[in-house]
Amino acid sequence: MAGAGGGGCPAGGNDFQWCFSQVKGAIDEDVAEADIISTVEFNYSGDLLATGDKGGRVVIFQREQENKSRPHSRGEYNVYSTFQSHEPEFDYLKSLEIEEKINKIRWLPQQNAAHFLLSTNDKTIKLWKISERDKRAEGYNLKDEDGRLRDPFRVTALRVPILKPMDLMVEASPRRIFANAHTYHINSISVNSDHETYLSADDLRINLWHLEITDRSFNIVDIKPANMEELTEVITAAEFHPHQCNVLVYSSSKGTVRLCDMRSSALCDRHSKFFEEPEDPSSRSFFSEIISSISDVKFSHSGRYMMTRDYLSVKVWDLNMESRPVETHQVHEYLRSKLCSLYENDCIFDKFECCWNGSDSAIMTGSYNNFFRMFDRNARRDVTLEASRENSKPRASLKPRKVCTGGKRKKDEISVDSLDFNKKILHTAWHPLENIIAVAATNNLYIFQDKIN
Amino acid sequence: MSAEVPEAASAEEQKSEHNLVYVPLILNSLEEMEDKVTSPEKAEEAKLKARYPHLGQKPGGSDFLRKRLQKGQKYFDSGDYNMAKAKMKNKQLPAAAPDKTEVTGDHIPTPQDLPQRKPSLVASKLAG
Repeated sequence: MAGAGGGGCPAGGNDFQWCFSQVKGAIDEDVAEADIISTVEFNYSGDLLATGDKGGRVVIFQREQENKSRPHSRGEYNVYSTFQSHEPEFDYLKSLEIEEKINKIRWLPQQNAAHFLLSTNDKTIKLWKISERDKRAEGYNLKDEDGRLRDPFRVTALRVPILKPMDLMVEASPRRIFANAHTYHINSISVNSDHETYLSADDLRINLWHLEITDRSFNIVDIKPANMEELTEVITAAEFHPHQCNVLVYSSSKGTVRLCDMRSSALCDRHSKFFEEPEDPSSRSFFSEIISSISDVKFSHSGRYMMTRDYLSVKVWDLNMESRPVETHQVHEYLRSKLCSLYENDCIFDKFECCWNGSDSAIMTGSYNNFFRMFDRNARRDVTLEASRENSKPRASLKPRKVCTGGKRKKDEISVDSLDFNKKILHTAWHPLENIIAVAATNNLYIFQDKIN
Repeated sequence: MSAEVPEAASAEEQKSEHNLVYVPLILNSLEEMEDKVTSPEKAEEAKLKARYPHLGQKPGGSDFLRKRLQKGQKYFDSGDYNMAKAKMKNKQLPAAAPDKTEVTGDHIPTPQDLPQRKPSLVASKLAG
């Protein structure tokens, strides 16, 4: 997609030319476990970008207003707020360690001056309010400027306090804590289009919450078998439909997606639609089920399609057709001949996420060696790009990368055996309106922008 | 791939019923070999089975899922610990195993064995 020179793009085409914009995080090789980024999410306007890490911390970046004196700096993202969202806990009753790692962050649509987001670890979901304070009242009657209380009997004259500007202070405070509703590990949260409810999903159950109510939640999906010996699949991801507040989908470790309609019954154990691609039984192997496990499911912005990510591919499904996906994009098919070692080093269980661009014309997902893949659905083109410090000069164009699968390796190609499987890009996010992407590479956050000519 | 024509194709051997039994078996193994050559996935499966012959009949089945559901389990039983302490009042408790992640067997876990889970007091480096 990085074509030679700007040129005019074909009508309706996405001739992206991705350029490096910023990178956040430490450069040193020794990565502390706590610094590993575990989730990345833009808010609805794209002005705020939130990250969560394994240390339970949330960092929110805000896009700077465009500066007329520096037209090329198309709005950089700088730190807006940072706070400790979750802390490590120990469940003594079950002898279980509860990690503070932030599994997901989801923003609420903005309704007033403050911003709200939901952040979750394995067990507890929290609603955070991020508000600005840029004024301070001065001239109180009952207290001095340094805060000491005045003796009310000494007050002889009254004055009206005046608001004076102060340095911007951004405060984050936990407004709701939704706890004790999940026996298993929460993998997804999704805000409903009604802006009042949200779902949280763990390995076996999905619960429905009201944002105002923390002491009650409704179980809407329960796939726990009566006898745990009969357990064959778990829930891997869940999401509400972007417009239809009664519709949700959840994916499974067996590579299937179920669509549920909350209007049909209180308990959505029986799906309304069942999406599964038929498998050729002769090609079945030990790895088949493991690599078919869906690690992420995302509705398109239009609500007409949904995308699923399994170990080797990304599939786009038309919600009106359950029998098979309408598109299948290979992410790193060359790994099929490495499944044995990927099983041994546990990489085969890595959970990659995927995302749509604002117009649903392109999709993006991560891979290994700090590579990420972008698929242009209209032009039927795909590209492999890399997030690396070596290519981090301001506004430097990203060069497409290529993995060579066998035989002769061309000059700029990298062979499959040289890929660094510790450099995984699991989390990526696409600005809802513009061509700006955020890519989490272990402990670094890269921001790339499409070059405007 | 040039297939080796099975010896049993000769008319003489076909007379013997005993030999006829071997013909389909040889052809089957030829088919299997073809599968392994054409499907990289099956080749990988064969590699895995060669390394771990007892890997289990049910791939990705209950064992794997149950292990996933139990993620984060540590084995510290305060009852065991206090009983052991009472019994061995005068003796040293068994030293911690060098590998602190897995505490099982005869070793009595102590609170010190559980890795300290302190909250991150340090701010995120992304905000630096």
